[in-house]
Amino acid sequence: MDTFLHSFFNREVLVEYFPAIVAGFWTTIGLGVLIVASGLSFGIVLAFIRAHRVKPVSAVIVVFVDIFRAIPPLVLMVLFYFALPLVGLEFSGFVSVWLCLSLVLAAFAEEIYWAGITSVPKGQWEAARSTGLSHVTTLVFVIIPQAVRMTIPPLTNRTITITKNTALASVVAVEEMLNVAQTAQAYSANTSPLTLAALGYLLIFFPLTLFTRWVERRYAWKH
Amino acid sequence: MESNLDVLIYNFFNLEILISSLPYLWRGLKMTLLLTLIAVPLGIFAGLMVATTCSLGKRWINFCLILYVDFFRAIPPLVLLIVVYYGAPMLGADMPVLAAVALSFTFNTSAYYGEIFRAGIESIPRGQMEAARSTGLTRLQATIYVIIPQATRNVLPDLISNTVEVVKFTSIASVVALPELLRMARVVQGLTFNPTPLVAAAVIYLLLLWPVVRLLSRLEHGLAARR
Repeated sequence: MDTFLHSFFNREVLVEYFPAIVAGFWTTIGLGVLIVASGLSFGIVLAFIRAHRVKPVSAVIVVFVDIFRAIPPLVLMVLFYFALPLVGLEFSGFVSVWLCLSLVLAAFAEEIYWAGITSVPKGQWEAARSTGLSHVTTLVFVIIPQAVRMTIPPLTNRTITITKNTALASVVAVEEMLNVAQTAQAYSANTSPLTLAALGYLLIFFPLTLFTRWVERRYAWKH
Repeated sequence: MESNLDVLIYNFFNLEILISSLPYLWRGLKMTLLLTLIAVPLGIFAGLMVATTCSLGKRWINFCLILYVDFFRAIPPLVLLIVVYYGAPMLGADMPVLAAVALSFTFNTSAYYGEIFRAGIESIPRGQMEAARSTGLTRLQATIYVIIPQATRNVLPDLISNTVEVVKFTSIASVVALPELLRMARVVQGLTFNPTPLVAAAVIYLLLLWPVVRLLSRLEHGLAARR
């Protein structure tokens, strides 16, 4: 028990590295917020373009989506951070992670939005168009409001899963929470900073996970 | 002066380096598949246990299970892996890397699979259990032979999608130096000072998972259309 407390809840170590980990905590939050904002909006743009059903354009979007759904985010980050500089494209670790995870989130989000849009029966399109609404007005005022209901639960789930990947940024030297905690762990030869970081992640993501549970119940299909 | 295209090809699609790195990538791929073969069945089994226990409807048990599921859904897998990997030796439990990875992956995947199976089991009408019990099946038999097969069918796209996620996140094992695909690619990249092996690793993941992602997208749209 003493070894356990000494290794995981060491007061001296915790007090010493607390400020650094709090700084990392805010980097994690900032990175997460940026990714959610740009990923979700880029996804909307893609779904919007795809809704015009121009075949070659849709094909490009599908290929983009498939690629970013199939390649692990860590592989993408490593590619962005370690490989692109060799062809003259240099990004900081922070920007690499932001770009990679935004693209991954956009891919998944586009797929979810698109599933939502196609789930609205064709008759709704036809009825709306026949009342004189334009393609875009139909999409915005008739289709999207109905699609949202189907979209919200998987979208919140996916967004959280992808935002959790900000921890991977530690690998490309971004000083977010996990990275700071690992440095602290190396200096202090003690795992307590990792405990603190784990608690930090719980502080961010546990309420969000509970929130998805609530969303799932709220938007559940009533049989 | 060489053109930009030459630089691109030399760095990303260098045939010579690709060929010399293939044996390493193959070893890495085998480790990735081994990790998948460990994490997926363990995760599915543990997830089923979580979901069926949940279906018993005991309040405080469900509370504990939801706590378990949400805890491991809230912790990033890499954080969990690092805590297990660096934490276990501190407690005197000297764990091989593979065991640390398998343990942390199982915690993570069982939470996700558990949540999926729970939704599946909840989608089966009560009458199925009652009918199965009335034919003389025990509760366990009814769960295994009647409820779970139907539940699995209902949540198949989610199960496949989660399995794709598991294959993808085996790449984080590279952080604790387990020689899987990404790790091997980085090792060869370090030896050759050329990122071609990284590109090759990305392409291998893509070839491995693209068919599944395509299938998934079809399944998802098929389901949406049927509703």
